[in-house]
Amino acid sequence: MKMTLRALLGATVSLTLAGAALAETTITVATVNNGDMIRMQGLMDDFYAKHPDIKVEWVTLEENVLRQNVTTDIATGGGQYDVLTIGTYEVPIWGKQGWLVSLNDLPAEYDVDDLLPAIRGGLTVDGNLYAAPFYGESSMVMYRKDLMEAAGLTMPDAPTWADIEKAAAAMTNRDQDINGVCLRGKAGWGENMAFLTAMSNSFGARWFDENWNPQFDQPEWKATLDFYLNLMNNYGPAGASNNGFNENLTLFQQGKCGMWIDATVAASFVTGKDSTVADKVGFALAPDNGLGKRGNWLWAWSLAIPSSSDAQDAAKAFVNWATSKEYLELVASKEGWANVPPGTRTSLYENPEYAKVPFAKMTLDSINAADPNAPTVKPVPYVGVQFVAIPEFQGLGTTVGEIFSAALAGQKTADEALAEAQAAVTDEMKAAGYIQ
Amino acid sequence: MSTQSTRLAARLMVAPSVFVLFIWMIVPLAMTLYFSFRFFRLLTPERSGWVGFTHYLWFLNAPDFWLALFNTLALVGGVLVITVILGVLIALLIDQPVKGQGMLRILVIAPFFVMPPVAASIWENLFMHPQNGLFSAIARGFGQQPILFLENYPLMSVIGIVSWEWLPFATLIFLTALQSLSSEQLEAAEMDGASPLNRFRYIILPHLTRAITVVILIQTIFLLGIFGEIFTTTQGGPGSASTTLPYMIFKQAIVAKDIGRAAAGGIIAVILANIVAYFLMRGIGRHLDN
Amino acid sequence: MARAASPRRTLLTTLAAWSVALVIFFPVLWMILTSFKTEASAVAMPPEFLSADWTLENYETVWSRSDYPRFFWNSVVISVGSTLLGLAIAIPAAWSMAFVPGKRTKDLLMWMLSTKMMPAVAVLIPLYLVFQRIGLFDTKLGLILALMLMNLPIIIWMLYTYFKEIPGEILEAARMDGASLWNEIVYVLTPMALPGIASTMLLNIILAWNEAFWTITLTTTKAAPLSAFIASFSAPQGLFYAKLSAASAMAILPILILGWFSQKQLVRGLTFGAVK
Repeated sequence: MKMTLRALLGATVSLTLAGAALAETTITVATVNNGDMIRMQGLMDDFYAKHPDIKVEWVTLEENVLRQNVTTDIATGGGQYDVLTIGTYEVPIWGKQGWLVSLNDLPAEYDVDDLLPAIRGGLTVDGNLYAAPFYGESSMVMYRKDLMEAAGLTMPDAPTWADIEKAAAAMTNRDQDINGVCLRGKAGWGENMAFLTAMSNSFGARWFDENWNPQFDQPEWKATLDFYLNLMNNYGPAGASNNGFNENLTLFQQGKCGMWIDATVAASFVTGKDSTVADKVGFALAPDNGLGKRGNWLWAWSLAIPSSSDAQDAAKAFVNWATSKEYLELVASKEGWANVPPGTRTSLYENPEYAKVPFAKMTLDSINAADPNAPTVKPVPYVGVQFVAIPEFQGLGTTVGEIFSAALAGQKTADEALAEAQAAVTDEMKAAGYIQ
Repeated sequence: MSTQSTRLAARLMVAPSVFVLFIWMIVPLAMTLYFSFRFFRLLTPERSGWVGFTHYLWFLNAPDFWLALFNTLALVGGVLVITVILGVLIALLIDQPVKGQGMLRILVIAPFFVMPPVAASIWENLFMHPQNGLFSAIARGFGQQPILFLENYPLMSVIGIVSWEWLPFATLIFLTALQSLSSEQLEAAEMDGASPLNRFRYIILPHLTRAITVVILIQTIFLLGIFGEIFTTTQGGPGSASTTLPYMIFKQAIVAKDIGRAAAGGIIAVILANIVAYFLMRGIGRHLDN
Repeated sequence: MARAASPRRTLLTTLAAWSVALVIFFPVLWMILTSFKTEASAVAMPPEFLSADWTLENYETVWSRSDYPRFFWNSVVISVGSTLLGLAIAIPAAWSMAFVPGKRTKDLLMWMLSTKMMPAVAVLIPLYLVFQRIGLFDTKLGLILALMLMNLPIIIWMLYTYFKEIPGEILEAARMDGASLWNEIVYVLTPMALPGIASTMLLNIILAWNEAFWTITLTTTKAAPLSAFIASFSAPQGLFYAKLSAASAMAILPILILGWFSQKQLVRGLTFGAVK
């Protein structure tokens, strides 16, 4: 009797202890302040119901600040975070460095084969999935159906750059403050260079040849930049060299752009409640030049677990929940199908409910049209559509972005800008040891 | 009071401050100096080694280095000129007998309580924005094309924003100084028929010399390191039109993750700051002695 | 300098002073107004002054989306803590420099100021590494120490110049009357130095509250103050002017109120030795 009691007591104590230990698992999740991520923070009750033993602390920051903080943390082995929100640019580089935990052991019901192949490929290094996609995006043309109609034009589903120029010219109306086309001009590897690099692919340009020699002195880049500058100077908004994604989104929502070529996630915003043109927006694939590649990119904000995390199991449980099929259904049941994080799972696009969302098909087609492993017409030594997945690219992209932004502001000619870009990138690639 | 023991006590009282400040200065400085001769990029930890003066040479040969140096000095100088001149004028104005002086002072010093990133973001988005800004609305109201502040006048725009942030500080110090000016002296001068301009020139301005010196000294130290406002508004652009030395360092440290280069830039910035401080002290330092 | 002036002149200067003050204050006012508009109304062209859609929605959104009280509390602890710690170290130093000056006192002061000359971005990684190794990363103590050290030169300088204005004769007189050193400090010096200490304290709370580089870089969740709160509302996708304005207003309002209530003290002690 005595012994039983003691055993019982002991069991209770150890149970309590185990319970306490479980309840104490706190994970720190670093995330960007995008709408889909904010929405997730509002749906945490579901997660806590399934995992009462895990507590989630959020670090929500603006994209640039977030990237700066998590990169410093992971590179110095800080171990402050258990789950990181990072993009398709970081994942291959950090995975190769051994900074991320492989997610190959996610449970079978996660159904990893359901992930869109292009997205999954971008997050896999040497057979290891290093991050789970939260939402995926490509880029496409968003245009004003009413303005096109007034101009007597129709937008093809798969336009060429010549179609874009013609439409921009027809829709521009300076008196009414309507710009034919709004494109990114703000300097940055994730701002104007994301757009211009993707655009250059459709002109057959590339950052580097097979031996890592910079290619800005080639005619393809000249054609790209000339076309871009001409388009923006004639039909773009004033002050475009300071416009990034968000500035253009605001302009488009206010009805000041005839066309806007940008991220597919913008579709839900331009058709959303803040938009004055919500019912007048049409979608088309990003333009091409008949060379077999379109000017659209591929990006996925993804959840990854740093090797330095001391709560990897809890972190995995969270990543599993946030990127699962059930999460998509949860969002759909609470906020409607149009607000489901797009671009990650095949099953979502096979869902007849989701097919009713106006931009669903175009988003999927755009994502499928991008190939990170063969981004442009000619062969390249790198992975990435609108970026080059090497550690040096953030610096390179920003430098070149500044030069092109200055060209857009009229401080430099296209030729001067390209010569400067070629010199700057060549220097950096030498310093980094890629070329002699 | 200056016996041996009080002297010793005085040394002991200063010691903690000197000690902690010395540590605070020397540890980062030594590390920065060390890194500035090393290959150290956060994202390629497998490569490392000594590189001699490569990073320093990179800075000195960078196409925008001299422009950045000029911009740094122009930013400091521009803000100093604006805040000192406007600060003196505003201090003179609100030192007059006016109705509601307390409330007035509160309004004038309000910008000082605004966090710099918030200030920059207000100006960028609510005022200077070419489509949504208030300035553009005013320009359109007059039938003019909006001025593209951040595209065509980036450095001047940044100077304007930073001046707005620092104007209250300068005004406050001038105001405090003015309030210690004896009114008898001014009244006597007024009786003697001295014009307002002369009163300002021969009585008020000399009285403010020390205050102006202090404002210049303190603001210079803060302004030499400014980059947050540039990051929020122009990102140093378009091109390098508004890139300053701290912003160049920021790009190397934060964007390119090249800690070695950033360290070399930091050492260059310290040298520059010391040169500026040297000339500053030679030029105006004597006003501080008494 | 308060002199009798004609009513007409008072009216003119009042008008002029008020217009200048309103121009300077206007950006803050405009931000506060914007924070009460809907996002669509915030970017309406021409701008809406009276006709706007007034709403409290932005504040509700900002409040529900993040844990404002925690950020606020961290800001209070960090700014007040760093200021008090700074004063504790600086008062003895400034005191002895002012009353027992040596040949090198001036150089020492200049050296202290010069510790502020290294651009923050250049020492980001070195300091980050140090903080990480000694366990100060993302702690309030770490930020208190960092901000204290950052502002210490300013604190010492302000106090030094203020103490120097206290005439030595008063001390002599007190001593003649047989006051002990302790009495001298408590009854003579402290009351005279209080305005200086008060305004030094205020200025440093403001500087620490507004610091937005180290406070974002050296924290994640536990110690993040209002600067990090702002950083989670700037430039997300979609319209954000009104929400950012609301978040900004919430971040600066506490310090603005403190400043308003104490502006007299602030002005009184903010001499920096500028007054002979």
